[in-house]
Amino acid sequence: MLTYTSDEMMTVVAARSLRNGMTCFVGIGRPSEAANLARVTHAPDLVLIYESGTIGAKPGAVPLSIGDGILAETADSVVSVPEIFNYWLQPGRIDVGFLGAAQLDKFANINTTVIGPGYADPRVRLPGAGGAPEIAAACKEVIVVVRQSQRTFADRVDFVTSVGFGDGAGSRQRLGLPGGGPRLVITDLGVLRADPDTEQLVLAGIYPGVSVAQVQDNTGWDLLVSPDLDDVPPPSQAELSALRALLSRAPATVPAQARQPASAVRQTAVR
Amino acid sequence: MAEIVTLAEAIAATVRDGDAVAMEGFTHLIPHAAGHEVIRQGRRDLTLIRMTPDIVYDQLIGAGCARKLVFSWAGNPGVGSLHRFRDAVEHNWPGPLELEEHSHAGMANRFVAGASGLPFAILRGYRGTSLPANTTGVADIVCPFTGEKLTAVSALRPDAAIVHAQQADRRGNVQYWGITGVQKEAVLASARSVVTVEEIVEELEPCPGAVVLPSWTVGFVAVVPGGAHPSYALGYSVRDNDFYLAWDEISRDRQKFLDWLDEHVYGADPQAADRPRSRTGAPC
Repeated sequence: MLTYTSDEMMTVVAARSLRNGMTCFVGIGRPSEAANLARVTHAPDLVLIYESGTIGAKPGAVPLSIGDGILAETADSVVSVPEIFNYWLQPGRIDVGFLGAAQLDKFANINTTVIGPGYADPRVRLPGAGGAPEIAAACKEVIVVVRQSQRTFADRVDFVTSVGFGDGAGSRQRLGLPGGGPRLVITDLGVLRADPDTEQLVLAGIYPGVSVAQVQDNTGWDLLVSPDLDDVPPPSQAELSALRALLSRAPATVPAQARQPASAVRQTAVR
Repeated sequence: MAEIVTLAEAIAATVRDGDAVAMEGFTHLIPHAAGHEVIRQGRRDLTLIRMTPDIVYDQLIGAGCARKLVFSWAGNPGVGSLHRFRDAVEHNWPGPLELEEHSHAGMANRFVAGASGLPFAILRGYRGTSLPANTTGVADIVCPFTGEKLTAVSALRPDAAIVHAQQADRRGNVQYWGITGVQKEAVLASARSVVTVEEIVEELEPCPGAVVLPSWTVGFVAVVPGGAHPSYALGYSVRDNDFYLAWDEISRDRQKFLDWLDEHVYGADPQAADRPRSRTGAPC
């Protein structure tokens, strides 16, 4: 009997989405865990690029910040911050950008700035843009990793920090955004993909023990479900062991109080 | 030529009430000790500029030094919110905080424009986001050669830049390495500057990937070993991740924060030698 949390499932699925040899612009937190998991499992030649200017970092543990010393010490090259954005990200040199979100809408637009109707008087002030707007604009493809809930999956985001597919089909072309956009959203319940025609997110894969109704209950718009809905395989023993080993080597990646209360973590058991 | 002075003298000569001040350092080499000296000297109405206002700006904001924040990501890296920043934006405590908000690429290019002596920089960015409608210093621009629609961002020209580096020599030439961030651009864009260093050496040894700021580009150098703590100086110290985690708890509550400030900033000797520091290996 293999027991794992929904967060572990999400991280494992995110790691699987990275192919060996890709160049990957990594955000901190879950994306960094997943990218490092991919590198120690099926993608040893994955090139990890952090916005601190560390290109080809090979940390043995998941760093707490995007600028931990281990990233510079193990990198193929360390460049300045203007250079990482201007020479490396902007020209579309990087295969995949890995992002998180505080709020996400049906066209995969991302909000990490403010929650509430007004920018000037926000209900919740979030950290803001960081590198995300240009990562979302310029990488050949973008993968979003985010826990799914009514609050997070909003019909419209309160603030567009990073553009997904804007108002739908043709938006990215009209805005002149060169990259392919977030065609893949990986959550703790399943996997959503942007429909090639409408660019709206469609539930494309579902995890063991999760129902479509449960995904709809955690989505703030009328969820579209693919007719070819995949059953996403659970983590293998090897994937889980590698992830746990990776996290146990880190001093701490998320403070205890920022983790979900144990009762809120969905536990899944499969044989 | 840079003058080598004490930290208190460097800050007193460089930072005045109402100044626009950029304290840079991208996770690495954040000038915490210098930020604390700004708090101790009671500066007010500052426009604080920084790509990633993390703990040190949380402290400056909570201590009432700031009128305005120019930034691109305000969080405790890997941990969560900056509670003093949020309290200022959400509840005007200890006072209102005006925001000028950009993306990292935008802020980096604004420093590049300032260092280049140009009024603005050009990038492919911001298009389709809510940022241009809610901030200043962003405008559309058309390429005169191709007709491509691009984004212009206005230059940053701070009154003062403050950075931390590994070494200076006796003439005030400064060298730093590891993650080099946007400090060179911040210093060259600013009218005045302070560099705190881990140590003064007889002669700077060339170091792969290092940035050297010649003495004549720097205003003041002050020796402050461990002056980046809880950030770090590669080769001298490691990032104190436990403090970043602890800050979440300290900063959540106004009184707890004020007590911390009393004990660790107002009550501290600016040249205190007891800052946690352990040399982690040979320089470079």
